This record gives sequence, structure tokens and C-alpha cells, in this order.
Amino acid sequence: MGIDRKDTELLTVTFDKGMPYEWSIGKYGSRFFQEIKEHKRFLGTRCPKCGRVLVPPRRICGPCFQELDELVELSDTGTIMAFSVVNYPFIDPATGIQRPIPYTYGYINIDGSDNIFSHIINETDANKIKVGMKVRAVFKESQEMEGNIQDIKHFEIIR
Amino acid sequence: MDKIAIVGASQTKYERRKKGEIFYDMIYEVTTKAMEDADYTLEDIDNVITVSNDFLDGRTISCMAVQEAAGAHDKNVSTIEGDGAFGAFYGAMRVLGGFGTTLVVAHSKGSEGDPKIITNAMFDPIYHRLLGLDAISSSALQASVYMERYGITEQQCALVSVKNHKNAKNNPYAQLPMDITVDDVMRSKKIADPIKLLDCSPISDGAAAIIIANEKRAKKARTKPIWIKGVAHCSDAYFLGDRDLADPISLKDASKKAYAMAGIKDPMSEIDVVELYDAFTYMEPLWLEGMGICDAGQGGQLIEKGITVMDGKLPVNPSGGVLSAHPVLVAGLVRIIEAALQIRGEAGDHQIKGAKTALAHGINGPCGQSHCVWILGSK
Ligand SMILES: [Zn+2]
Repeated sequence: MGIDRKDTELLTVTFDKGMPYEWSIGKYGSRFFQEIKEHKRFLGTRCPKCGRVLVPPRRICGPCFQELDELVELSDTGTIMAFSVVNYPFIDPATGIQRPIPYTYGYINIDGSDNIFSHIINETDANKIKVGMKVRAVFKESQEMEGNIQDIKHFEIIR
Repeated sequence: MDKIAIVGASQTKYERRKKGEIFYDMIYEVTTKAMEDADYTLEDIDNVITVSNDFLDGRTISCMAVQEAAGAHDKNVSTIEGDGAFGAFYGAMRVLGGFGTTLVVAHSKGSEGDPKIITNAMFDPIYHRLLGLDAISSSALQASVYMERYGITEQQCALVSVKNHKNAKNNPYAQLPMDITVDDVMRSKKIADPIKLLDCSPISDGAAAIIIANEKRAKKARTKPIWIKGVAHCSDAYFLGDRDLADPISLKDASKKAYAMAGIKDPMSEIDVVELYDAFTYMEPLWLEGMGICDAGQGGQLIEKGITVMDGKLPVNPSGGVLSAHPVLVAGLVRIIEAALQIRGEAGDHQIKGAKTALAHGINGPCGQSHCVWILGSK
């Protein structure tokens, strides 16, 4: 009896379990989330060489290769620099739960900072949102906060 | 080969869990320290090689997240996804290729992912992963093949653990300095026969960096240049079963090439100190055989005769080796740093007196699929 090569059913092997990680948030990142929990405000770092204020706070200014140790208190408001209303499903990597669509992803310049902070804007009608609009952060209740980026629920447009 | 040298080196202390430090912090620390060591500024760094692995870091294209901390903003930067000894090889090639200097930086945090899952993911998803093969169980197979073939004993392997953990007591960067006995090793928990807990290297967090320079640029450095006399790497088959695990032919080939470049004919008498990748105790005698330090099957006796202890004829791993700190990807670069420090005479309490020629060694892939061998010298 020979081996039948013609009728080979093509198989695949499937793995569907995630790989777990426990990433350190670091000293500045930990302070950033604690400030949100304790004072509902943002924290940045200022570069002593070029003067840029970066949020979230960073230890190093890349172009200056300079250590940043001046922490700067920032407002909870900012300006929309870009946005996109997202219509395809996204699975939250921490919970495995799908986020309701559509949702709006925003590029926000926090007042007092010189870079762009990324978060969600709670307006999904593209006709009601414009670059240049002012927004304010909406936080979870302090007792519900977990020390991660979702402690900020979203940004809302100041009308 | 044109003359190229290691002119700067630095490492972090190795710890089980650096909770306060993100990759960025560790990389910034070793980058600035390596530049201070050489008395270089960022303008003296012509290009950067980072060493990282996406599964270890838990990030796609992990190299992109760490470049700024390595001073690579606006510089030519490339990456090795594998052991740091291979990252250094790439760095050396770039200096030979025309850059005046290369900074090579490696980091990893074994504490942040699951080492069993991550090392299981080294293996073939169709035939091997579902069996649970990982770094420890594959190494147990290799140890078993090696010990069975040559009659290498568990006690001989235990001596490696005793020696290296003792050496680590003189290395302030080591994670596991320990005074232990052969009995302690023999009685330690069975992990995967014949490997016991004290035959294994630990899970570690840490980073390291070196600066390689051509002859002209080496003159600008504060440090005594440590010349790269010979370097080679060779690779073997991917599937463990397609290799003879007790015969590391890729190490034999890499060693022969590195020795030929460096003009070494009798490694035992011409090399003053060896820093090799001992992820498990049995690897030390097996790799020494592969390096031609002794004949095949003689590694166990070499250890037993005390030839590789601090005041032996050929000290091996005076730093305490990988058994005393195993930051994955970083560990091979550390072997190069330790070899360079020995030749500089700056190895502190674990200095081998008068070391002029050193061998450093890194491995990549399960059970030493590929090996990278470095011969460093004072002249
Ligand atoms: Zn700056």
C-alpha cells in the first residue's frame, strides 16, 4: 500500500492564549498616575536644555540626551491637534473585552506642555469635532482608579 | 583585519526584580557610564546597536522604544534580536565597515514576562511547543546526552556551581554570590533530571554596554584599548534532534576561526582567562571541550582537577558567570566586558593577575545553537 499524496488535508495549529507581562511603570510614570489619583491633574517633565515640557513625564530628552528632573504641574485641559473616529473593533489587551465602536482617538496638546498626549475623546460624530477645540479630562472616581491610563475615562469637548 | 578595540564598558548590578526601573532607566545608566568610562561624549558615538527581543520586552519592534535612552536620537541605529555577544559582533562589523565608533547596548528584564512561556516560544510551534519544551527541559536533554556519552558526573557539574557562586562573591554586580558545597548542589531541588536548582542560572534584570572603536578613534579614549584579536560565530541546526547535543560543532568552528585570526595555536597555554556562557552547570565543561581547551569528554576532569578555579591554570568565569546573574541577551555582552576588564587590570577583587589574553563567549538559540567566540588582547 503506497502513501496517498493527493488527498492531504492541509492542517494548522492554533494557540490562543496570551503571554502575561508585569511591566514596571517606573518612578516618573508612577508619580504621574499618583498625581491623577490624588489631585486629578497631569504631571510633565521640563528639559533644562531645550525647555520642552513632556507629558507623560520622561526621564530623558532624546534630542538633548539630557536627564530631566524638573516635574511640572499641568492643567487638566488641552487642545485637539488631530482625531480619528475609529469604526473597527478593538480588543482591550488588559481585559480581552471589545471596546464599543465607534470611538474617537484624539491627539491632545495638554495646556502647559510641548508634546502631544494620546487619549479618547467622547464625541463620535465627526461633524461635531474639530482640530483646535478645547477639551478637558474626565477622570474615574478616585476609589475606582487602578494606577493606569484608564484612570482617565476620556476627554470631553468644552463647548 | 584592521585594528579595532573595546574602549568603553559598563553594566548595571543584576537583580531578580528591578521594580523601580523601566528599560529606559537601565539603558540610560549603562550608556552614560560607558561614555564616562571612555571619556567620550555623545558626539564621539558614530552609531548605535541595541539588543532586544520582542517576546522578552512584550513589545513589537522592541528596539524602537529604547533608542533615545541609548543616545541614538538622530544617529544610525540598528538592532540584534539575540545575545549581546552577537550584538557586539555586529557592532565590530560596523566599525570595520567604516564607522569610527559603535555603542552596543543590551537590556532585559526576566522579571516582567514568564521565562517558561517565553523560552517555550523559541521552539517550533508545530512539533515542539505543545510538548512544553523550554530552556530548562531542552538543556536537561542536552545535559543527559552529554553526561551519558562521556560519564560526566553530577558531582563534577556541581563543582561548577560551587566555583562560580564563590567567584561571584568578588563581583559587586553579581546577583547570586554564595558559599555552597557540592552536597548543597546535589541536595537542591530536582528541576528536570539531571538538572537541579543549583545547576541553574537565575532570572535576572539588568543591562550592559560597550563602545568599540577603530585604531584612530581609540586614541581619543581615556581607557587602555582592549584589542579584538579574533572573533567568529557559527550556527547549527534548529531542531535539537538534528544536532548532536554533546558535540557543539558550531562552537568548535567558531573557536577555530577566532583562534586563527588571533594567531592562537594552543588555547590552553595562550589564553589567560575565559568568560563563557554557563546558563547551566554542565555547559561549562561542554563549552570548554568545544573551545578545544580540552578533548571531548575531558571537561568533567578539567573541572575536578581545579584547573578552572581562580588560581588554577586557566580560570573560567572569575565574575561568577551566567550562573550568578543571567540577564538574557545581556549575559554574552557581560562576558566580553568581564574579559576586557581582566585585561585592563580593572576586574577588582576577581582580577586574574597579569591577564593579557582573554576568551569571551556568548550563545544564541536553545542549547547553544549558535556560538560567538571573542579573543581579546592587550596588544
Ligand atoms: Zn531637551
